[in-house]
Amino acid sequence: MSLNYDQAIEKYEPTLGLEVHVELNTKSKMFCGCATEFGAQPNTQTCPVCLGLPGALPVVNKKAIESSILIGLALNCSIAPFSRFARKNYFYPDMPKNFQTSQYDEPICVNGFLDVEIEADDGVKSFRIEIERVHMEEDTGKSLHVGGSTGRIHGAEYSLLDYNRAGIPLVEIVTKIVPNTGKYAPQVARAYVAALRDILRSLNVSDVKMEQGSLRCDVNLSLSKIGSGKLGTRSETKNVNSLRSVERAATGEVIRQANRLETGERIVQETRHFLEESGQTRPGRSKEQAEDYRYFPEPDLVPVAPDAKWIEELRKTLPEKPAERRKRLQTAWSVPDKEMAAMVNAELLDTVEETVKLGADPTKARSWWLGEVSRVANDRGVLPTELISVKDIAQVIALITSGELTDKLARQVVEGVIAGEGSPSDVISKRGLKVVSDDSALMKAIEDAITAQPDTAERVRGGNIPAAGALIGAVMKATGGQADAAKVRELLLKHLGQ
Amino acid sequence: MSIRDNAWAMAHALEKKEISAVELANQHYEQIASVDKDVHAFLYLDKEGALSQAKEVDKKRAAGEKLSPLAGVPLALKDVMTQKGVPTTCGSKMLEGWRPPYDSTVVTKLKSAGIVILGKTNMDEFAMGSSTENSAFGPTHNPWDLTRIPGGSGGGSSASLAAFEAPLAIGTDTGGSIRQPAAVTGTVGVKPTYGGVSRYGLVAFSSSLDQAGPCARTVLDAALLHQVIAGFDPKDSTSINRAVPDVVAAAKKKDIKGMKIGVVKQLAGDGYQKGVENKFKEAVAELVKLGAEIIEVSCPNFEYALAAYYLIAPSECSSNLARFDSMRFGLRIGDDGVKGAEEVMNLTRQAGFGREVKRRIILGTYALSSGYYDAYYGSAQKVRTLIKRDFDAAFEKCDVLISPTAPTTAFKIGEKSNDPLAMYLNDIATIPVNMAGIGGMSLPCGLAEEDNLPVGFQIMSPAMKDDRMYLVGGALEAALLSKWGKPILDFAPKLAGSK
Repeated sequence: MSLNYDQAIEKYEPTLGLEVHVELNTKSKMFCGCATEFGAQPNTQTCPVCLGLPGALPVVNKKAIESSILIGLALNCSIAPFSRFARKNYFYPDMPKNFQTSQYDEPICVNGFLDVEIEADDGVKSFRIEIERVHMEEDTGKSLHVGGSTGRIHGAEYSLLDYNRAGIPLVEIVTKIVPNTGKYAPQVARAYVAALRDILRSLNVSDVKMEQGSLRCDVNLSLSKIGSGKLGTRSETKNVNSLRSVERAATGEVIRQANRLETGERIVQETRHFLEESGQTRPGRSKEQAEDYRYFPEPDLVPVAPDAKWIEELRKTLPEKPAERRKRLQTAWSVPDKEMAAMVNAELLDTVEETVKLGADPTKARSWWLGEVSRVANDRGVLPTELISVKDIAQVIALITSGELTDKLARQVVEGVIAGEGSPSDVISKRGLKVVSDDSALMKAIEDAITAQPDTAERVRGGNIPAAGALIGAVMKATGGQADAAKVRELLLKHLGQ
Repeated sequence: MSIRDNAWAMAHALEKKEISAVELANQHYEQIASVDKDVHAFLYLDKEGALSQAKEVDKKRAAGEKLSPLAGVPLALKDVMTQKGVPTTCGSKMLEGWRPPYDSTVVTKLKSAGIVILGKTNMDEFAMGSSTENSAFGPTHNPWDLTRIPGGSGGGSSASLAAFEAPLAIGTDTGGSIRQPAAVTGTVGVKPTYGGVSRYGLVAFSSSLDQAGPCARTVLDAALLHQVIAGFDPKDSTSINRAVPDVVAAAKKKDIKGMKIGVVKQLAGDGYQKGVENKFKEAVAELVKLGAEIIEVSCPNFEYALAAYYLIAPSECSSNLARFDSMRFGLRIGDDGVKGAEEVMNLTRQAGFGREVKRRIILGTYALSSGYYDAYYGSAQKVRTLIKRDFDAAFEKCDVLISPTAPTTAFKIGEKSNDPLAMYLNDIATIPVNMAGIGGMSLPCGLAEEDNLPVGFQIMSPAMKDDRMYLVGGALEAALLSKWGKPILDFAPKLAGSK
């Protein structure tokens, strides 16, 4: 009889630890001037330094230091006045020097925290996640194992190596152990990664695209028998690459470990890989015999000693905290919780805010971006802002507000802009989409309609107001839908003495 | 004008158009063709590149362009520095045939000064050794006595100077690899202050100790070359961003009246050859005659320098040499489509590295291992701090420090190759300088009476005060020259076929 999640959590208390790797969005690599653009032809963004050629030497990217300090400050860390890089020595073909230059015992930021909220059974519950360290390191190259069934190195016929990623700056953010989350452990893990992602995005230090690997999370989890007061052996689930997977991986590990413990088996300290399809993890490398990385201070680099004045200057540039900003905007725009969440999930908060800043009504701005534009964007697999600019949407909304466009016409204008026909004004003039608001032009159409339907006109004159619908319809048809129906109605009724 | 002239004289002859750079390069290639089969200083001759560089200089000079002082003077480059498109082996099978896609900063500076790089010189594999016997391509022979070693690791560079195959050379010095070869070949070699010359493109042995520097037949020539290659390089994070001291002016000054010169008590006595000690003392007497004040200083922690060095250097080398894995460049063994990457790496490293390199990789791997780190690497770093303090205290009292460069003159090829510890002891007087990151120079101070072989005199100056060793070296050299009546290399037996 195996335990399900609820049964597992009744007997065992989970302890979390989260390690997040973030690729910084610096233009150049951590230790050389090579470009960092994602998706370039293999091995085109390399040089003697990131290929580890004999004689080449690293030089620290100052922007990467700046980004790391910003991350530390945003996570309430103290910034070390003196930190160092070390060499982590191990052999692997995708690591050009066969050592990774990484901070080790002297990281740049230490002792911070991040508060996260989750939806608990009895309302919103807050958890403080303590941050142990934020440190800098370089990414490795990428191996592609060809042949064999698993895509792993064992059993592969040959491997292809792409060193474009080698040397891209990474920041690793490590939490202290997160105790006392109880059954909410998976939700807390997810909420933490989500909050961290929002902070990183607000700092504009990373693309934070989990699906592209620019943000990767290792979920460490152990169980202890409730009341035992003893921490269990942990597993490390590596490179979980979506928020949902973070939650699922933690849930899966609680169930797996609880069932092992129930049957008297021990938990092996090992790395595990998350399987998207099943939501379970499979074993990777055992860490029972701790690998000896022979760390020692990197002699090719001088210590990182950021000036206190510089740190204070950077502190002043910190943006508003995402959680606080969200609350502020929600109040200002009076948006319901659910729609606020939709906007955040769609990553359109900035876009809507910019649109509102250009004078648009928040509700309209939200509905345009999340509605029509997002729909087309999803169909085409692009970002909404790649289809149409904030300025154009703001202009369309302004034209609706002033009555120069109807909602229906506005949709055609947006469609035209997306189709590349130019600015909203271009589309309006090219397609002739302007609302007919010229009274004399409308009066001509109204008179024509009355002439064509004298009986209906007579009924309206006699007080049958609903009968006016047929005449209004005729006018709208005659103007190609470009008239403002309300205006037509007003003029028609007045003309017929109503 | 003769190939036996010094670089300074060659530069003058070039300037006065008494000889062209092409002719000068060709004369050196002729000398190399005559003597290098016996000396084996060179691993590779880049005749085409050198002559095209020489032609370029001649053209510019003919056009009346302002050229740098050493433009057109030939130079031998230690095979540990990358030069674009020219094979760079580091004396190892591991890199046989590898042509680097980039120039080291030193080479960039040499090229822009119009210096003509004749070729690459032999060395102990990856600069590990004191005799050049560890080269995978056979030993270099000392021009003073072909049965003897030319020192190491830069034996090729120093031997090329002593054999008049080149008037200038570049060496690198991790524990004495410029100075000890200079000592045993009767030439001048300078290890600048750590960070004074860029390490970019110097294939690393021990990053925190490695330093490139000038090799020449006179102190002034060394200073002229020093001036060309020194200076801040944004590509080397450990390079010093400060003005290079005026070493050329210092070398020319020849006035050391009132200078305080410290004799290091610990760098003498047991293990030092009698003739070496005698020549050293005679040179000290010359300094006194020149008006210097001699002070005896004690540096008690130098006793531990050798032991600490043989933990730090191998530790760093075990990591630096990890990149030689056959994946991206160099030798590859066993790639038969069946063996995996790890096996190919193992086979390549087994076949590609020589015994001394393997010995140091193993030593360093062990010293860095968890559980041993504190006892070995950690303690060695502490010793390093203590050695620095010894120097600091000594430099409070003295302007420069002096000692013999090496405890003995050149020993016989094969004599110490099976006794690594005896070999390591050769660097006992040069290592403290690297450990402290300060400057050190070796210049000849005579021939030992037992074997008639050259003895090296070491001058050590505080960090970024490299001009001081040139000042003392220039003055001592002039005094010794007038005492001997001719340059020391004129006492060497003539090589068969030599000009």
